[in-house]
Amino acid sequence: MKFDSTTYRISNPEPLGRKFLYTGLVFLLLSAFGWVTNHEQFYFSYLVSFMFFITLGLGGLFVTLIHYLTHSVWTIVVKRIPETAMRTLPWMAIFFIPIIFGMHDLYHWTDYDAVAQDAILSKKVGYLNTPFFLIRAAVYFVIWFGLGSLIHKFSIQQDEGHESDIYQRLRRVAAPGMFLFALSLTFASFDWLMSLDPHWYSTIFGVYIFSGSYLTIIAFMTLFTMFIQRRGILKNEVTIEHYHDFGKLLFAFTVFWAYIAGSQYFLIWYGNIPEETVWFLHRWEGSWKSMSLFLIFAHFAVPFLVLIFRASKRNKTVLFAMASLILIMQFIDLYWIVMPTLHHHGVHFSWMDITTFVGIGGVFLFLFWKNFTANAIVPVKDEKLQDSIKFLNP
Amino acid sequence: MIHGILAEFRNPLDLMHAAEKVRDAGYNKFDCHSPFPVHGMDQAMGLKRSKLGFVIAFFAILGGLIGFALQSWTHSIAYPLTISGKPLFAWQAYIIIIFALFVLFGAISAVLGMLHFNRLPRFHHPVFYSENFKKATDDGFFISIESEDSKFSDTETKSFLESIGGDNVELLEGDDE
Repeated sequence: MKFDSTTYRISNPEPLGRKFLYTGLVFLLLSAFGWVTNHEQFYFSYLVSFMFFITLGLGGLFVTLIHYLTHSVWTIVVKRIPETAMRTLPWMAIFFIPIIFGMHDLYHWTDYDAVAQDAILSKKVGYLNTPFFLIRAAVYFVIWFGLGSLIHKFSIQQDEGHESDIYQRLRRVAAPGMFLFALSLTFASFDWLMSLDPHWYSTIFGVYIFSGSYLTIIAFMTLFTMFIQRRGILKNEVTIEHYHDFGKLLFAFTVFWAYIAGSQYFLIWYGNIPEETVWFLHRWEGSWKSMSLFLIFAHFAVPFLVLIFRASKRNKTVLFAMASLILIMQFIDLYWIVMPTLHHHGVHFSWMDITTFVGIGGVFLFLFWKNFTANAIVPVKDEKLQDSIKFLNP
Repeated sequence: MIHGILAEFRNPLDLMHAAEKVRDAGYNKFDCHSPFPVHGMDQAMGLKRSKLGFVIAFFAILGGLIGFALQSWTHSIAYPLTISGKPLFAWQAYIIIIFALFVLFGAISAVLGMLHFNRLPRFHHPVFYSENFKKATDDGFFISIESEDSKFSDTETKSFLESIGGDNVELLEGDDE
């Protein structure tokens, strides 16, 4: 692997990519053995890992859209990272296939006999039925594919010198794209996560998943930038000022996540309607209670108290620890959303939680790395690139 | 009584470079005046980070504590009424008011603290004795060095400001009040 600091291209990236791919495939194979022994556990573990990388990709889509809407300068030098994360989303359609096969194990509402005898579920059948579920999933992936390839096309054109009105055009894509993003993320999280407990509903649930997905991508961008800088890539281009901004966003969205999680909990607690409170009741049973409290502590309190100080946002070691913590907590958050449906009485870890995660993660990183190195890793012809490199925090 | 010395500079860049030289010469009681904010001026002047954040943190936490105390006292001690089946000490319900008072106290202390550190409000300042200073709201860029500065001397400071490119250097006479 070699980096050319004039063209900003990485040559010979294949060995690292292959390492990611082989690791991923080996762990997916291991998970397949898990499917043979306990297919129900496999599907639930798989869903957690799948959602982790979906939210990572969606976070990338959001950061890209907001970059083109606001034309922010400091993100220019790192914008290819979220752009590449966004482009992995269509590939996730392949990873959706096992979920189609596992629908009967995952989603109670697919059992039509049970639904027919259930007063609440029989009223929801117009939305929660297998054909419509699959059509919606297809629509989400088409939206993500369309937005991703359109933005990528323009962004690459900029590298080739079609400077003139590229930002104008991208803004025209990004503005309606923002609506499509919000709707697809909301309904995808309703379909794939909220409907695990089909009696339960929470209108803020999409925003909750969004807050997590934004945290994930910023933490990923922080760690990935550190990863390539260690290998001598973008050593002088990404400065402590950019890391400071990552820290600010991590801090802000830690608060935002807590705000949304608190709002969801509070309204349900206040209303005290059994059909809503049951979701939290499940997460207060046995060792789930410890995990609920741990979420408040490590997903909110720790990053909040650490990142509130300017000095810790400008300290790469602290930032590394916080970004890693936030990624882990996002996984645990999704685990906490999904798993009580399977294990009602307490946390029950399985080795498949790890293997599916590393499996999908390896393939994800392979796709990410392949797309990332296919073009210049910063927009070389962007007229504000130098401003972005020299950017200083006030 | 001499309050200080005022010097004019041609443009924001000159002002910033002059500020750096004044800072490097060892002055610390001086100020820059321009019609609009100049980026990088804080570093050029050698200003330290504001202490305002700690003031805000103190008052915000105080506000949160007041919010908690007020609610838990009224709800569970002074007027122990059961409302919609919730326990008397229903901390979940308190969080919103605690948060609101936290933000309110923080915001008010931010404004008042800012005014305090800027020594505002005040109705007059000796720089206004200068006719030339009226340009500071239009197209003039000024540096004023106060006579309270330990390095200050009428003649030397004046020639120093001239040597770094200041025009219309003049003594400011009059009291602070």
